[in-house]
Amino acid sequence: MDGKRSKHEFRSNTLPAVVTVGPVSLLLLFLVVAPLVFVAVMSFCGTDEYYNVVYSFTAENYGKLLSVDYLKIYARSLLISFITTVLCVLIGYPFAYIIARTKSKKRQLLYMLVIIPFWTNSLIRIYGWRSFLGNSGWLVKALQFLHIIQEPVDFLYKTGTTVLGMVYCFVPFMVLPLYTAIEKLDGSLLEASSDLGAKPVRTLFEVILPLTSGGIFSGCIMVFIPCLGYFFVSNILGGGNTDMIGNLIERQFKSANNWPLGAALSIILILLTLLLVKLYQRLGGDMESLGV
Amino acid sequence: MKKIRKEKRKKGISIAFCMAVYLFLFLPIFVVVANSFNATTSKPYLSWKGFTFDWYVKLWSNSSLLESFANTMIIALTSTLLSTIIGTLGAVGIYRYKFKGKGVINGLLYIPVVIPEIVIGIALLTIFSNTGVPRGMLTLILSHVSFCVPYVIFNVRARLSGYDSSIEEASMDLGANRVVTFFEITLPVLAPGIAGGALLAFTLSIDDVIISYFVNGQTKTYPLKVMESIKSGVSPDVNALSTLILLGTIGLVILTQSGILSGKHNKV
Repeated sequence: MDGKRSKHEFRSNTLPAVVTVGPVSLLLLFLVVAPLVFVAVMSFCGTDEYYNVVYSFTAENYGKLLSVDYLKIYARSLLISFITTVLCVLIGYPFAYIIARTKSKKRQLLYMLVIIPFWTNSLIRIYGWRSFLGNSGWLVKALQFLHIIQEPVDFLYKTGTTVLGMVYCFVPFMVLPLYTAIEKLDGSLLEASSDLGAKPVRTLFEVILPLTSGGIFSGCIMVFIPCLGYFFVSNILGGGNTDMIGNLIERQFKSANNWPLGAALSIILILLTLLLVKLYQRLGGDMESLGV
Repeated sequence: MKKIRKEKRKKGISIAFCMAVYLFLFLPIFVVVANSFNATTSKPYLSWKGFTFDWYVKLWSNSSLLESFANTMIIALTSTLLSTIIGTLGAVGIYRYKFKGKGVINGLLYIPVVIPEIVIGIALLTIFSNTGVPRGMLTLILSHVSFCVPYVIFNVRARLSGYDSSIEEASMDLGANRVVTFFEITLPVLAPGIAGGALLAFTLSIDDVIISYFVNGQTKTYPLKVMESIKSGVSPDVNALSTLILLGTIGLVILTQSGILSGKHNKV
């Protein structure tokens, strides 16, 4: 009886496993693994004079990546992403803390208000910033009306403008994991800390921050990495003055037509991502909190 | 007395801070909505020339804009449906069965989530172009499915972790076969996770710019149409359409609020 049953189970478990896991496996194989392997192969290819990809081995593309102009762009990308991440933490943490600690009914609404901006296309919101900040924009008009400035000032096409756009895009990605982490925080621990004589600042650094550090780490990963690739923000608000790695890659595929060079740049971005994710895991970060 | 005043001031500062952040988040949306009523007709449509509803009328004769919106809806609905089916089956299978390569699949699921979108976009572009798949609707849908499936799986998995599979055994002991058990028992229990995943997939799909930008061929989605118009100045009828979409989504969410969103919150 027992033997028969286990044989039956073995046979009948193979089919359901294939039916359920099969589609997602094929999807990952053909639309995730294969394309990335292909990019890796292409990064070692050359091009002919018409910029067609020539499939012969060369490390030339990686050599080009070391030019001074490119190094400057990497440095700028890392700097912009870093400042964006820091600003997102500084704005997002107190903000998430306040909404996560609000009394129940209003909290749902406050949370929804963070999500609603996502329902307007992100490009058009960034364009909204451009029309707000431009030299005939509303901000200039308002400042002139208040006699703070006389002549129009162009706030666009500066590093600060790109950072503003990036912070705008990514603050919600910081707020949401922080909100989840802070919501789980047990209020009685804070009371205990203050009952035992700790000042609020000490409670913050020794109780609140350590207990919510997971949220901070996952928020940082979800801001820093995609920020490197958001080429349209620096296109619209930086106007070519604040190019980042994403802009370089975009140009190789859309206008310069040097796909192998773009592929090599992408490999650099992938390696950087893997490095940061490893660091995140080393710090005790949980992969699952990156997804949902 | 002093302590109460201090508490009050602290509360005042928190409220002011929150309002400032919300203002920051909504300011460009106000600009978009305001510009949809702007009577200006000269590019780049930036200076305010008075209030009009004209753009909401003109919108309906801008066929390429409407077509791009229709494309976006077709792509979003199709890829949401496909990724919800593939993702739900996958989540259940990965949770339930032991098989070789399970760890690999679990690891690979994080790739579309953590790798910058631009890399996913160019990777899909190179594979499509080298295998001769014509770029257009099909490649857009395939690409959207590929980045939506992990999010569906994560949502359904979150629901599965608190799931007692003994009710399935009970169902089968009582004579139901696997398929009936799946539809009658498993699916209803997982429904909130599936709905959350589907909503997230839909949101990601309609707003996707970066990946679509590389795999679209000649097909324009609504975000790509916006991108194209940015160079010459976004015309107010695009703002009008955005305003209508925003109102539509808010309406839809108010309708479904109690059902989907009250239980578990989702990213984005």
